[in-house]
Amino acid sequence: MPARTVLQQADITRALTRISHEILESNRGPDNLVILGIPTRGVVLASRIGALLAGISGTPVPTGALDVTMYRDDLGRNPTRVPSPTQMPVGGIDGKTVVLVDDVLYSGRTIRAALDALGGIGRPAIVRLATLIDRGHRELPIRPDFVGKNLPSAQNERINVHLEEIDGDEFVTIEEATA
Amino acid sequence: MKHLLSTRDLSRDEAITILDVAEDMAEVADREVRKLPALRGKTVVNLFFEDSTRTRISFEAAAKRLSADVINFSAKGSSVSKGESLKDTAQTLAAIGADAVVIRHGSSGAPRVLADSGWIDAPVINAGDGTHEHPTQALLDAFTIRRRIHGSESRGRDLDGVSVTIVGDILHSRVARSNTWLLTTLGASVTFVAPATLLPIGVENWPVAVLYDLDLALAAHPDVVMMLRIQGERMHAAYFPNAREYSRIWGLDDARLALLAADSMVMHPGPMNRGLEISAGAADSPRSTVLEQVANGVSIRMAVLYLTLSGEGGKQ
Repeated sequence: MPARTVLQQADITRALTRISHEILESNRGPDNLVILGIPTRGVVLASRIGALLAGISGTPVPTGALDVTMYRDDLGRNPTRVPSPTQMPVGGIDGKTVVLVDDVLYSGRTIRAALDALGGIGRPAIVRLATLIDRGHRELPIRPDFVGKNLPSAQNERINVHLEEIDGDEFVTIEEATA
Repeated sequence: MKHLLSTRDLSRDEAITILDVAEDMAEVADREVRKLPALRGKTVVNLFFEDSTRTRISFEAAAKRLSADVINFSAKGSSVSKGESLKDTAQTLAAIGADAVVIRHGSSGAPRVLADSGWIDAPVINAGDGTHEHPTQALLDAFTIRRRIHGSESRGRDLDGVSVTIVGDILHSRVARSNTWLLTTLGASVTFVAPATLLPIGVENWPVAVLYDLDLALAAHPDVVMMLRIQGERMHAAYFPNAREYSRIWGLDDARLALLAADSMVMHPGPMNRGLEISAGAADSPRSTVLEQVANGVSIRMAVLYLTLSGEGGKQ
């Protein structure tokens, strides 16, 4: 089955803009916010959301990257994963409202690892979760606070997120995985 | 990566991957909780047939920061002194359930024997074997050089164009050998400076330049001067007339230190013989990277343990 495009570049931008407004609404402004992306594409989305938040509210919002490789529960079951850098904003995360950003939310295991990773770095007041795509099939009691698009999918389907900064083009497609 | 036995086995990309993972590991030292759960439930055995302070402690700290359990074994006070063979020791470790073996041995090639033997099915990490190799030392040296030059922009970079002069007892030095292979793989140029009696046979076939005059070598303003320890325990012949003469001709004293460029590095793998191959002034100068090398050693060993023990490389 050929890949079907579910989001174009403009759709992605609109989704991120809406998520940014929702973050500001739920946080009642930009104070104390820290936006942390989960590598690789979550980091790009986090910095875009950070820029959108700054544009909307007029206040710069710190962003960073949170690598979760060392905290995964499947390290012994897959080929060795090489970690990505973790970059914390200067003010740290203690007492802040941290919004974790990932591209696709699936089993929830990555987010479980991210929560453990955060615990090793500091103690945020609140942790929220934003995702561009929620494809369902959760295996852990984890729920996103901000969703770009709910995309019901079968488990044998693949979701591909391409972003300009990493892939040179931008879209979200869904396709049946070739077994 | 199944084992780490020699820096000769590493390609440029593999070496850079280890250095980059070590950068990530170094970040952990600045965190509130200096521990990662990556190797939870794994057992690392430090199998030390030779004395060591910093390498053993460094591997132990690295394993513990990755949440692995550590068993320290030293030949003194063990059944080795009753005549137990490497094979029996290895099979004992396998029966105990070791997931990785960090080995230091006085005989060159002992880690290779252990890795190829089939006595134990676990990654073997060479922590120094005889006068052969000491790969994690070379990796931490390369890491230290890269960090001094590129700072926080280090990731993904090699050491292209960096000149490294290694001075002293090359003949007995596994550090010099491991560094030679690794640094040249990463694009650096290596020069040896030593008395002719302390150069190995066949050195003309190594990818290095050889000089006998330290002042001449320093006049070329190398980026890095790496002083090697005079290894008293391996000196079974008269390689130089006496310590004072060695120190005068091949030691890094305060006068020679003053000739170096301000941004050059003075490295030493430790332990130092202050006043013999390196003066106290050189060892404690801002150019000295000795303590950075020790700190970076933990990050490098974390990276090596993680890369050999996690994923399909690790035993299930």
